[in-house]
Amino acid sequence: MLCEKCKKNSATIYYQQIINGEKKEYHLCDECAVKMKSGVSFDTMFKGILDSFINMENTPYTKHGYLCPTCKMSFDEFKKSGKVGCEDCYTAFKNNLVPVLKNIQGSVYHSGKIPKKAGAELYVKREIENLKSELKRAVEKEEYEQAAKLRDKIKSLEGDDSNE
Amino acid sequence: MNKWYNSLETDNNIVISSRIRLARNIKKYPFSSKLTEEQSVKLIEDVKNSIKNEKTSFGDSFDFINISEKSDVEKYALFENHSISSDFLDKDKPSGVLIKDDETISIMINEEDHIRIQTVLPGYNLEKAWDTADKIDDLIEESVEYAFDENYGYLTSCITNVGTGMRASFMIHIPLIEMFDQIENLSQAISKFGMTLRGIYGEGSEPLGGIYQISNQVTLGKCEKEIIEALQNVTNQIVEQENMLRNKLLTEHKIDIEDKIFRSYGILKNCRKISSKEAMRLLSDLRLGITSGIIKLENQNANIYSIMMNIQPGNLMKYMNKNGTSEERDIERAKYIREKLGNT
Repeated sequence: MLCEKCKKNSATIYYQQIINGEKKEYHLCDECAVKMKSGVSFDTMFKGILDSFINMENTPYTKHGYLCPTCKMSFDEFKKSGKVGCEDCYTAFKNNLVPVLKNIQGSVYHSGKIPKKAGAELYVKREIENLKSELKRAVEKEEYEQAAKLRDKIKSLEGDDSNE
Repeated sequence: MNKWYNSLETDNNIVISSRIRLARNIKKYPFSSKLTEEQSVKLIEDVKNSIKNEKTSFGDSFDFINISEKSDVEKYALFENHSISSDFLDKDKPSGVLIKDDETISIMINEEDHIRIQTVLPGYNLEKAWDTADKIDDLIEESVEYAFDENYGYLTSCITNVGTGMRASFMIHIPLIEMFDQIENLSQAISKFGMTLRGIYGEGSEPLGGIYQISNQVTLGKCEKEIIEALQNVTNQIVEQENMLRNKLLTEHKIDIEDKIFRSYGILKNCRKISSKEAMRLLSDLRLGITSGIIKLENQNANIYSIMMNIQPGNLMKYMNKNGTSEERDIERAKYIREKLGNT
């Protein structure tokens, strides 16, 4: 997918903007995202979600709404029972589901437990985030010995990541 | 093995018990509504083996019950003890449940989600119940891969469970809030905090014996600890309200409340037939008398909450060892209560 702003570079960032409650979504390259970020206020911005959007393009749309390519459940069928047919339905029905989730759950971002196996990568990512904020605090408090230890830990975790 | 509900801790406080339920699904299978019979059978084996295997003796304390092989009476008894959900009462697909000997842990397989881990402890013990559920969850994950999404968390059949997949709840006995007609107001107030109030047997069930379950409704966006903390805070306030009403009543109408409680005790000790509805109402009075220090039972080991569960139709028929008519049950129920209260 190409960046929606410059239409030259490939899009790497999913950018969501909420102004007066109205949501706008963009797929941008790094450069345009930085420009956009400095220009306007924004609520959320995150990398990596693009994969699920690419999958979205493959989701067939029928007269019964989106159809899950894996379990063949249609969105109409889901609406009737209130239950999805498989994990891929969450991606297939994303457009319809997100507003519903926001409405009943008040959020669309999980911040609880991460399974050790299924969420191994995310686990490392969150761990690095935690260590980085610890590192920041250590530096602020001028605890340099501790900071060095944390920095090494972060390096080794990030290193593991790139080896994979 | 002593069951958790026989612990006298369930009678000492307004809070009867604490419960955690985790909903989990296995990546390689479609969710419940799209699961074939063959896959259901395989799934049951996968989960069973994750708990009961040669690597650990932990699984030895669990019994596996094949739900499809059980009679209606047995299923109702399991439901009344909160070991299985109402979903299992009329399930046509293969399903099962692993139950720990003291009934503090039950793992339902092939319910609305592939796996429902449930832990329950007597009294105010939600954090401990979570610790146990968390560990069981890790243990199962050692042998299966969960359906999990970076943004949505644990993926569940119903989007009302997605995220943590956790439902935390307290079972509370609030007869005074009920007597003062404040249940509706309470329900509305706690819904603003993303929580909900249900009867003793959950969704759609009639409130019995002044017992209610308070639980979180929101499962996404907050972490488990935050959900538990919020539930504790709200429950503490409800307990405070109930205590305030009790104190007020005991100061202003002491003799009336004593009279009511001792009369209820009298009926329960002497009745020759009793419906479950009446029994629940009188047992609720008795429990109020015990927790407020108004009455001491002659049989100090009698446990009101356990009696409440055992006089439900399913448990009673299991105890009678036959189906019985409604009148036969009422007679048997009266006999059971008289025996338990130690005055035959």
